[in-house]
Amino acid sequence: MENQAPLGEHYYRLLQQLQEIDFVLVELNLYLDTHPDDLNALKQYNDFALKRQEVSCEFEKHYGPLMHFGHSYSAYPFQWVNTPWPWQV
Amino acid sequence: MWIYEKKLQYPVRVSKCDPRMAKFLIEQYGGADGELAAALRYLNQRYTIPDKVIGLLTDIGTEEFAHLEMIATMVYKLTKDASPEQLKEAGLGAHYADHDRALFYHNAAGVPWTAAYIQAKGDPIADLYEDIAAEEKARATYQWLINMTDDVDLQDSLKFLREREIVHAQRFKEAVEILKADRETKKIF
Repeated sequence: MENQAPLGEHYYRLLQQLQEIDFVLVELNLYLDTHPDDLNALKQYNDFALKRQEVSCEFEKHYGPLMHFGHSYSAYPFQWVNTPWPWQV
Repeated sequence: MWIYEKKLQYPVRVSKCDPRMAKFLIEQYGGADGELAAALRYLNQRYTIPDKVIGLLTDIGTEEFAHLEMIATMVYKLTKDASPEQLKEAGLGAHYADHDRALFYHNAAGVPWTAAYIQAKGDPIADLYEDIAAEEKARATYQWLINMTDDVDLQDSLKFLREREIVHAQRFKEAVEILKADRETKKIF
């Protein structure tokens, strides 16, 4: 099992960027659950979903898969099993 | 179906080893008003709740697992470098004897988690009012936990969790209004 090299400033910066976008998406998602007819909120949701794709792609390029079960790709050897796991960050 | 994402919803930093605080934080891991109770409550109620509200229960239930992970991370970071002596001094002797530094689903007093903490009445208004109450209780608990630590980094993550409870309560209140409005319209023939 190959472990990650020590995490640098770039890792934390990219992670925070992704967490910020994901937070907006969770908030908008919950809001839309009770306000499905809010067109503006829905447009924002899709805009952020697109932005998310870009940031998560960048993150995964450098630091490996964020999701399992085929929702992310993996290089060889299988990266999913690598550290760090979220509580080790 | 659940997919796991390998990152915390919000960062968790601690400035010092503090097993005493970890003992109190466990309340939100395996306690009556904690994140496990919240996740299981909402994800279970959603099978028999009216269609319009299933999305909300699914989403909030899922988010609660992310919060559970944050609490676990706090406890892990606060105890990982503690010696058995330090754990004993912090009141975690009984826990260590049974679990070493492993986490477990019990509250701050050591009482194991039970399904008696949650309910699914099958009546949507009853279920949603329980959910609102659960969020308010969790919010209050986070406030008490914030009061108990001077670790600014830890407080930051606890404040995030406290704010999320406020938003969840708001969404459940809206869900009640949606269902009430539906009941009104059904009376019109």
